Amino acid sequence: MYVAVKGGEKAIEASHRLLDAVRRGDPSVPEISTRQISEQLGLAVDRAMAEGSLYDRELAALAIKQARGDIIEAVFLLRAYRTTLPRLGNSEPVDTGRMTIRRRISATFKDIPGGQILGPTYDYTHRLLDFRLAGEGEAGGEGSVPEERTDPPSDEPMPRVADLLGREGLMEEDEDPVADEGPPTDITREPLRFPADRDARLQALARGDEGFLLALGYSTQRGFSNTHPFAGEIRYGAVAVEIVPEELGFPVEIGEIEVTEVEMVNQFKGSASAPPQFTRGYGLVFGHQERKAMSMALVDRALRAAELDEAAASPAQDEEFVLYHSDNVEASGFVQHLKLPHYVDFQSELELLRKLRAELEDAPAEAAE
Amino acid sequence: MAAAVTASVLGPGFAAPVPDSQQVFRRVLAAMAEPGSVHEIAVGMTPPPPLDPATAAVCLTLLDFETPVWLDAAADTGETRSWLRFHCGCPLAADAGAARFAVLAAPAAMPPLAGFPLGSEAYPDESATLIIQAASLEAGEAVSLGGPGIEDRRAFRAAGPGEDFWKQRRELEALFPQGVDLVFTAGASLAAVPRSTHVRV
Amino acid sequence: MTEDGYNFAYLDEQTKRMIRRAILKAVAIPGYQVPFGSREMPLPYGWGTGGIQVTASIIGRDDTLKVIDQGADDTVNAVSIRKFFARTAGVATTERTEDATIVQTRHRIPETPLAAGQILVYQVPIPEPLRWLEPREAETRKMHALEEYGAMHVRLYEDIARFGHIATSYDYPVRVNGRYLARPSPIPKFDNPKMDRLPALQLFGAGREKRIYAIPPHTEVRSLDFDDHPFEVQTWDEACAFCGAADSFLDEIVTDDRGGRLFVCSDTDYCGKRRAAGHTGSATRDPERGGA
Repeated sequence: MYVAVKGGEKAIEASHRLLDAVRRGDPSVPEISTRQISEQLGLAVDRAMAEGSLYDRELAALAIKQARGDIIEAVFLLRAYRTTLPRLGNSEPVDTGRMTIRRRISATFKDIPGGQILGPTYDYTHRLLDFRLAGEGEAGGEGSVPEERTDPPSDEPMPRVADLLGREGLMEEDEDPVADEGPPTDITREPLRFPADRDARLQALARGDEGFLLALGYSTQRGFSNTHPFAGEIRYGAVAVEIVPEELGFPVEIGEIEVTEVEMVNQFKGSASAPPQFTRGYGLVFGHQERKAMSMALVDRALRAAELDEAAASPAQDEEFVLYHSDNVEASGFVQHLKLPHYVDFQSELELLRKLRAELEDAPAEAAE
Repeated sequence: MAAAVTASVLGPGFAAPVPDSQQVFRRVLAAMAEPGSVHEIAVGMTPPPPLDPATAAVCLTLLDFETPVWLDAAADTGETRSWLRFHCGCPLAADAGAARFAVLAAPAAMPPLAGFPLGSEAYPDESATLIIQAASLEAGEAVSLGGPGIEDRRAFRAAGPGEDFWKQRRELEALFPQGVDLVFTAGASLAAVPRSTHVRV
Repeated sequence: MTEDGYNFAYLDEQTKRMIRRAILKAVAIPGYQVPFGSREMPLPYGWGTGGIQVTASIIGRDDTLKVIDQGADDTVNAVSIRKFFARTAGVATTERTEDATIVQTRHRIPETPLAAGQILVYQVPIPEPLRWLEPREAETRKMHALEEYGAMHVRLYEDIARFGHIATSYDYPVRVNGRYLARPSPIPKFDNPKMDRLPALQLFGAGREKRIYAIPPHTEVRSLDFDDHPFEVQTWDEACAFCGAADSFLDEIVTDDRGGRLFVCSDTDYCGKRRAAGHTGSATRDPERGGA
């Protein structure tokens, strides 16, 4: 009779065996490979890598498979694995100006040096279920999908739109990351402090939960701290990652990563110390994740309220609120810890409540006062 | 290969880093939790002079690239510098005010205690820990300790830090929670006097 | 490295050093919450990652570990954490409080008094005692710096004004060594008096909130109260139905849907030892009732 609350080791082991079976599903259906996940569920892989803070498509695909497609669970697996990895060094800042571009658009100018490149996007698809995809491997199925035709990557320089405005003096100066003293903050190694520096904030947002940032970014558009944003530029492509080995003293390329970068251009009426000009909100995310990068840029700009002397009354402008609650591994753990037994505390509350009720019933006259 | 050669010239660190640092840490923790109590480390050490085995063991256990360490003139030899850099990877602080840890091999000549980082009101933990190498932890003039970790009072007999040192230490008590934490070493023994301890001479 | 290729006690040595330094500062400043670079563990936040990181940083091969959740050694989370350390550190484990060198706990302090030399590691969900009064860390940090704890007294006094006594039954705030206000993690206030001048070292780890704090042995821990409303703990009209103990914290077991109740020790080790020594309770004397 006292067994129900005490699972014990056997119950845990049995649960894990069941989980394995459920994960595999019907064994007559072929097992999915991590390569299939990486190739055909690429956006899920991108999201797991970004929120897992670990750029490794194969591991992310494995995590997604193990988590049965639960992306937050996959992120958790990647994060826990990341903890065990040694830190070999810090990379140089990536130069997105030298990105090998697959997609690049601006909503602020009809044409820009380097041109607008639509690239692969769902934007103008009509959201009609494509039943051809349901007939895997059959004639008329995916086998007939035309091969990707891409123009060779352009060598044409693609200056950032925000920099074009900067030359006219209409855009605030960007922070120079190199001039900034010391190595950048790493919130995975030291706890957040408030007020947080922008590097800590951007790191938190880049790792942050897409749904949470999407809702916050949306809230700024609906009047909870309107920053009057324009999508100055959205670019997606591959950038080189470089490190400077101590013994060489010059940067060496160690690989490429795909990123999505967003620069929002926001109206700013000026303050005591700054003339009217455009201000920036910045988003940079692993992989192809425009929704996340745009949300990040909106929230980044909203969080600059104090720096720009703006009234900060909305949730998206509240640094502690945003940064302490954007991490889905932390949030998921704490919400779900309510599944753990709490019967000692509950017993304490029960005892208290019974006592309060008994006192109330003993003193009806006083209570009726 | 190069590392092995350097290590042999420098003298080794812990023979078994994982269990040795765990064991030494537990001694330091017990010392800090019960101020003035003396603990023996049981790991073989042959550190460069003037470091005693316990001094070196505490360094290996607590220092790394995140902890700038300041050495007093007696401890600041080319050999200790290289040894600490190689085994701990810790940066050396040019002045006491920038140190997270300090190794003091000649406590009689040490700089003012208040010259080390004391932490701030909001972050009192951002303060220095001083590793003070004494001639003995049992043969010195007794001071009486009280406060957290001590049931009644405890006598502590570090030989080295003099009357002026304890006077400075007493003055810091008024700044609590700001302050510095002291780890005393001698031979293979160690003890601690954290900032929460009340010292009576 | 252990059998599975993990580091000893999972954490790498640099992480352990960082946590060890934080623990020492925590001991040196009793009750003060030291920020630390909490790592992401293979167990979820909120399930003991703070306590696990503290235990992983202090534990050695000679240690004997006891893990309890709700006072019991055999609840699933306690089993899971104990297994984690048996697997990654290869240490001996025990259910006997007096045999343990380290006790990691969630929500209880064992009934068997802890002795000098033992270490009690608490898993802490929210370390900040002022959090329900002020959600902002920037503000609560200032309040601690300035020892501004009036708001907490006001909150407790509002209970007295309304109910005639303080209506906080667990996670009851304490003052450590006359200075820092601290949260005893959500232990029932029944356990608060055990913290005061405990001969064992008490370490608190909050993984998600990235804080470590400590109470050295023999340190004064006062539960907040008022001269006219002194602190008091829960009492039960019943004794443990298994072992007859009248001095332990009791869990309520619902035995049927007609109001049937049993009260039994939450501390399974304590209860088991009493039963082994021949003590009985209403259910063990009357198998009809206990075996239902």
